[in-house]
Amino acid sequence: MNVYALRAIYRFEMDRMRRTLLQSLVTPVITTSLYFVVFGSAIGGRMAEIDGVPYAAYIVPGLVMLSLLTESIFNASFGIYMPKFTGTVYEILSAPISPFEIILGYVGAAATKSLILGLVILATARLFVPFEILHPLAMIGFLVLTAVAFCLLGFAIGVWADGFEKMQIIPMMIVMPLTFLGGSFYSIKMLPAFWQQVSLFNPVVYLVNGFRWSFYGQADVGIGASLGMIAAFIAICIAIIWWMFRTGYKLKN
Amino acid sequence: MLAPPQPAPILSIRGLTKTYASGFQALKGVDLDIRKGEIFALLGPNGAGKTTLISAVCGIVTATSGTVTVAGYDNVADYRRTRAMIGLVPQELSTNAFEPVISTIRFSRGLFGKPPNPAHVEKVLRTLSLWDKRNSRIMELSGGMKRRVLIAKALSHEPDILFLDEPTAGVDVELRRDMWEMVRALRETGVTIILTTHYIEEAEEMADRIGVIDKGELILVEEKKTLMAKLGRKQLVLHLREPLAAVPDALAGQPLELAQDGHDLIYTFDAQAEETGIPALLKRLADLGIDFKDLQTRQSSLEDIFVSLVRPRS
Ligand SMILES: Nc1ncnc2c1ncn2[C@@H]1O[C@H](COP(=O)(O)OP(=O)(O)OP(=O)(O)O)[C@@H](O)[C@H]1O
Ligand SMILES: [Mg+2]
Repeated sequence: MNVYALRAIYRFEMDRMRRTLLQSLVTPVITTSLYFVVFGSAIGGRMAEIDGVPYAAYIVPGLVMLSLLTESIFNASFGIYMPKFTGTVYEILSAPISPFEIILGYVGAAATKSLILGLVILATARLFVPFEILHPLAMIGFLVLTAVAFCLLGFAIGVWADGFEKMQIIPMMIVMPLTFLGGSFYSIKMLPAFWQQVSLFNPVVYLVNGFRWSFYGQADVGIGASLGMIAAFIAICIAIIWWMFRTGYKLKN
Repeated sequence: MLAPPQPAPILSIRGLTKTYASGFQALKGVDLDIRKGEIFALLGPNGAGKTTLISAVCGIVTATSGTVTVAGYDNVADYRRTRAMIGLVPQELSTNAFEPVISTIRFSRGLFGKPPNPAHVEKVLRTLSLWDKRNSRIMELSGGMKRRVLIAKALSHEPDILFLDEPTAGVDVELRRDMWEMVRALRETGVTIILTTHYIEEAEEMADRIGVIDKGELILVEEKKTLMAKLGRKQLVLHLREPLAAVPDALAGQPLELAQDGHDLIYTFDAQAEETGIPALLKRLADLGIDFKDLQTRQSSLEDIFVSLVRPRS
């Protein structure tokens, strides 16, 4: 294990994030606040409770997830895309480090940032709605696993992308719809039977519900299924990235 | 005389080929041994495969076939060991614009698995006259300074082998001299240096050995001295008083030609030979009444050699 290299990459990435900390925290905080104003206060007042949870509180876990997914993909993909774009990736590729250490450094740093962001959003939400967290440890656990899973996805996108449009396309075309249809703002039990079935194929449903369970102790899907889904997601991402490094895909042409 | 035993090469390349994803074959089976402590210059026209060769050794591109060993270790199986020994200064000025100079150097050192060593980092920055700029962000530096930052990065982890891919491209004359000095000083400390260049005078000035690569093939590897002597032809140029229309019949068969509308008579000879034939020629000219006002001799440079090697192939 090349610990010095791991530390160097992690530090480099954290420094890069520190330089842009303000804008990367301010944007999601403002967005989340707006969601609360619109959904929590304006619409939420007219909504009944869901599963005995007031609507404004019900959407908190989903909103945190929403930002977590987008920011994780964004941060992790940029972390590896930028060195490719500027050419500095030559140094990473010629260094005595394994793919595992590279991934650990980049994804670890991106996930750290996502985690901080998730907690900041949670704190912001607390200003708008009083809510309690039933299983705080499980909540942190879900936060970490989700951050890691989507940072891995982001990393793979960053390796794959050879232009800025490609960096946007997966988050815009796939992740956004899945997130909005992922039960962040509603219980999938409120959907017609057919769409309930369809929703069960959406991984985001499992993430949001697992997370929500850690807050309120109830969810549309089983907690085991939720954990299994995250584990599968992480495994698939790791396999893809592993394959990319093995074949030198888009890195070593 | 018996040749002294050759020590094992520090870098050994065997049958190296590289076909890019586009299907283009940039290396067509390169064999090359680099000796410990030498300065090796790799010459070749644009697109010859110099950068590809370096990239394959350093692990930036995956070779299609062939092997590379560094100090006896395979660069794929033992990549941690081999890469830690190599420092690379790339051709492109790829830098992190927003990073301060000193942190980018520390980063490189860590990346190559070395514990922090502020004294070494300072030494490297001072040698490259970057110490005063250590807290500047890289985007605030000039091109020549950026080039030196890249060199500092490569030296930060105390490599045994240093690759310099066109280190003096776009660098002014004074800085180029400084860089040559630095390379020589490095060699004094035992570092093996492999550089690519388009400036023949650079190879002529610096290198112990020279390799010429063209279209993915290494067409020549030779001691610089041998190369210059072997291929180095000398010429005697006589500036005539009266121009000649043609080389006189009496001198036919001699390696003579006319230039400058018959004002110059050029005699080509082998500088290594016992007999240059010059005294005899001068005597013949005097006999024929061909008078000259001045004369000069010149030796063909590496440039001439290089051109004569590569041109017939294109
Ligand atoms: N990523 C790539 N994909 C396809 N072809 C490539 C790639 N990189 C280089 N080549 C081709 O391989 C050949 C050798 O390129 P290389 O960069 O090794 O040349 P070079 O000798 O370093 O040239 P120069 O003196 O211009 O730097 C060129 O014809 C180039 O077009
Ligand atoms: Mg090149």
